[in-house]
Amino acid sequence: MSFFPYVVAAWLFVIGLYGMVTSRNFVHLVICLAVLQSSTYVLLLSIGYRVGGTAPIFAGVPVGTPAVDPVVQALMLTDIVVEATVVALLLALVLQLQKHADTLDPDKLKALEG
Amino acid sequence: MKRRGRMIFFLLSAAAFAGVYLWGLRGLPAVGHYRGPYGDVLNRVATYERHVTDIVTAVNFDYRGFDTLGEEFILFMSVIGGSVLLRRQREEEKSEHRDDNLADESPERQAPEPSDATRVLTLALVGPLVVFGLYIVAHGQLTPGGGFQGGVILATAPLLVYLAGDLKKFKQITSHTLVEVGEAVGAGGYLAIGLAGLILGGSYLRNVAALGTTGTINSGGTIALISLATGLEVAAGFVLLLYAFLEQTLEIQLRGEK
Repeated sequence: MSFFPYVVAAWLFVIGLYGMVTSRNFVHLVICLAVLQSSTYVLLLSIGYRVGGTAPIFAGVPVGTPAVDPVVQALMLTDIVVEATVVALLLALVLQLQKHADTLDPDKLKALEG
Repeated sequence: MKRRGRMIFFLLSAAAFAGVYLWGLRGLPAVGHYRGPYGDVLNRVATYERHVTDIVTAVNFDYRGFDTLGEEFILFMSVIGGSVLLRRQREEEKSEHRDDNLADESPERQAPEPSDATRVLTLALVGPLVVFGLYIVAHGQLTPGGGFQGGVILATAPLLVYLAGDLKKFKQITSHTLVEVGEAVGAGGYLAIGLAGLILGGSYLRNVAALGTTGTINSGGTIALISLATGLEVAAGFVLLLYAFLEQTLEIQLRGEK
């Protein structure tokens, strides 16, 4: 049981990558990338987790109480917000692609045109 | 054939990944048995060193402030990139694809009018939501929260206006010049606070402001200030993206209303 979150992280990574590899639609591909990226959240948060630890916030809790790792949590929370905007940027690119190539299927894309 | 080749390549890569991942896991402690040391050190010293109670915010905006600056600029560039890409499309839309627009105006593609219940509830929530967002931004150094979380909450306020069907008001809010100014001031503010540390304290992003009393709202020195700047940038960035994505629909719907 104690390794289960690591398995979940690996599963999210592989299933996201599988979705990207087999994708027939760029919107689907972008969302698969987001799924793939969420595997890093699960992995890092489980590395920083401690059984019985509180949140690393010492308001009303004395300093010295066992707590989980604040560093990975800080990494995650900035990344979640940044990821949302990056997904928005990618979707804007997808919209442009639909405009120019008139398809969202990666397989139907011809070689790059100027 | 092309897809099959790709599938084989994927399976080989996945097998290789599984091998390397399992090899890497051997060196990791079991989940729940965190070994430190950095998290433990920070949990012990951050409250004394920076007078904050939320260690995560302290890590974000102080101990790891330089990294967060980089991440913030990824956000900044994504927002600019998204707006620029969609802006080009908007101009094209006006000149070349007029016919597509007309097709979109057909009655069956119109969004249904929001019900009175939706309208009342969403508009009533806007005020409390803005207060809540500001609270989260301002109390990041004390309780869970800070600029990133609060900024996103603030950006959902105009979305509620959109859900309520008040499209004109939504356009007024999201296309306002102040949003762009806020985005720039937020990003520039973070840089400037860092420079203040360089000038007054000798190193970039050093916490040079008065640290205040632990547990009060004006504690944490520059942590609170950077959190405010980030909150402004994130909120403005998300509102800019909302506008960029919804503008086209908005134009069509507003024309339909006339």
